[in-house]
Amino acid sequence: MKIAVIDYGMGNLHSVSKALEAAGADVVVATQPSDLQTTAGIVLPGVGSFAEGMRQLHGRGWVDVLTNKVVIDHMPFLGICLGMQLAATTGDEHGPTQGLGWIPGVVQRLDVDGKAFKVPHMGWNDIELSRPSDLFTGIRGALTFYFVHSYHFVPSDSSVISAVCDHGQRFAAAIEKDNIHLVQFHPEKSQTLGLKILEKFLAKTYAEK
Amino acid sequence: MLKNRIIPILLLKNGRCVKGKQFGNFRDTGAPVSAAKVYDAQRVDELVFLDILASKEERDILLPIVTETAQECFMPLTVGGGIKTIEDMKVLFAAGADKICINTAAVENPQLILEASQYFGRANIVVAIDYRENSDGLREVYTHAGTRTTGLNALAWCRTVDGLGAGEIILTSIDREGSMSGYDLEFIRQVTQLVSVPVIAHGGAGTLAHLKEGVTVGGASGVAAASIFHFTDQSPIKARAYLKDNQVNVRV
Repeated sequence: MKIAVIDYGMGNLHSVSKALEAAGADVVVATQPSDLQTTAGIVLPGVGSFAEGMRQLHGRGWVDVLTNKVVIDHMPFLGICLGMQLAATTGDEHGPTQGLGWIPGVVQRLDVDGKAFKVPHMGWNDIELSRPSDLFTGIRGALTFYFVHSYHFVPSDSSVISAVCDHGQRFAAAIEKDNIHLVQFHPEKSQTLGLKILEKFLAKTYAEK
Repeated sequence: MLKNRIIPILLLKNGRCVKGKQFGNFRDTGAPVSAAKVYDAQRVDELVFLDILASKEERDILLPIVTETAQECFMPLTVGGGIKTIEDMKVLFAAGADKICINTAAVENPQLILEASQYFGRANIVVAIDYRENSDGLREVYTHAGTRTTGLNALAWCRTVDGLGAGEIILTSIDREGSMSGYDLEFIRQVTQLVSVPVIAHGGAGTLAHLKEGVTVGGASGVAAASIFHFTDQSPIKARAYLKDNQVNVRV
């Protein structure tokens, strides 16, 4: 069974695919909805703005098919960075835009003291687990990951947050709800530790098959 | 808390790494993918490829290097050199670049910064600014790999690119580049106090103490260097240990 990396014109597809392969996945880059027929899990990467991301998902016919797979079929899903944010109800970047709406919440710009904290939040930062989570189970040592973002996901129900990060304000570094896994950091760019997170996602995905 | 980054910069020419002094006298320093793998093994925080020839033909050579690096190194990769359009950027992002760095094109067409940051997200667009101190003591922006004057005041240009949507600024003092005499700390400090985005200090780091000063005196979010890692026995591993021992917040 394959892991589908969704190509919607916005992702660092190559990096994500190669990292997933290094973590042991059989990857297919899905360029159209019919590519999802034989997949066990879905990864939505993302480099870009919220508004453009949704425009591309709509334009390429991904919105309904992804929602069916993830929300109705409960297929394991990993959203990375913009791919995390698009799961929200709405996003603020370049004007209010309706998101996929799988996890109620809004995506807002980091609101921090600009003298002390630069935005974008760019670089390596520690995260802190707020509750047990499938993606982080059994990982020891400092949880330091690579972040590149100016916006963050504020879920309506904060209990879905599985890890937080602090950059002048505390924000959701990871969200987990049933089959939906969202990370604001880039596991595919976080060297060995990042690959471990991808391995955890794969282990969960394949365990369900 | 966000860590300060240690960032090797690899200058590329005809598909090879080169290193010079004040943007000239380039010496071959090896194959870029091998160099990237070594840095990845040393767990550097990020890597920057800057292609100094910046021609269309050159980009055809650069592309497979980016692809291959991204296949083997799971760390952040910034790529720059001759990028002029959104289409150029799309190709490099697809190949595995995480951030795109523009320099000359940003000066020639400042709207490109705005368009790129709207399209790809501000965080992924880096503006590199190369400057020299002119005879009046003013710092002036240079383009085309340090060969052309622009008349632009470097500090004012930093403010402009911040306003247009640059997600990060790599600030390079041409006078100090390759000199190993230390960063242009006074100016770096002025810029870090002026702009809202992260600033990467580049040009002049010759000792580990210089790297530290970039953060503690200059206020830079990251310190970039080439010569110190190529031509001395200082590795990013030693740099990280030194900075940590000196209370700089780095990744361990």
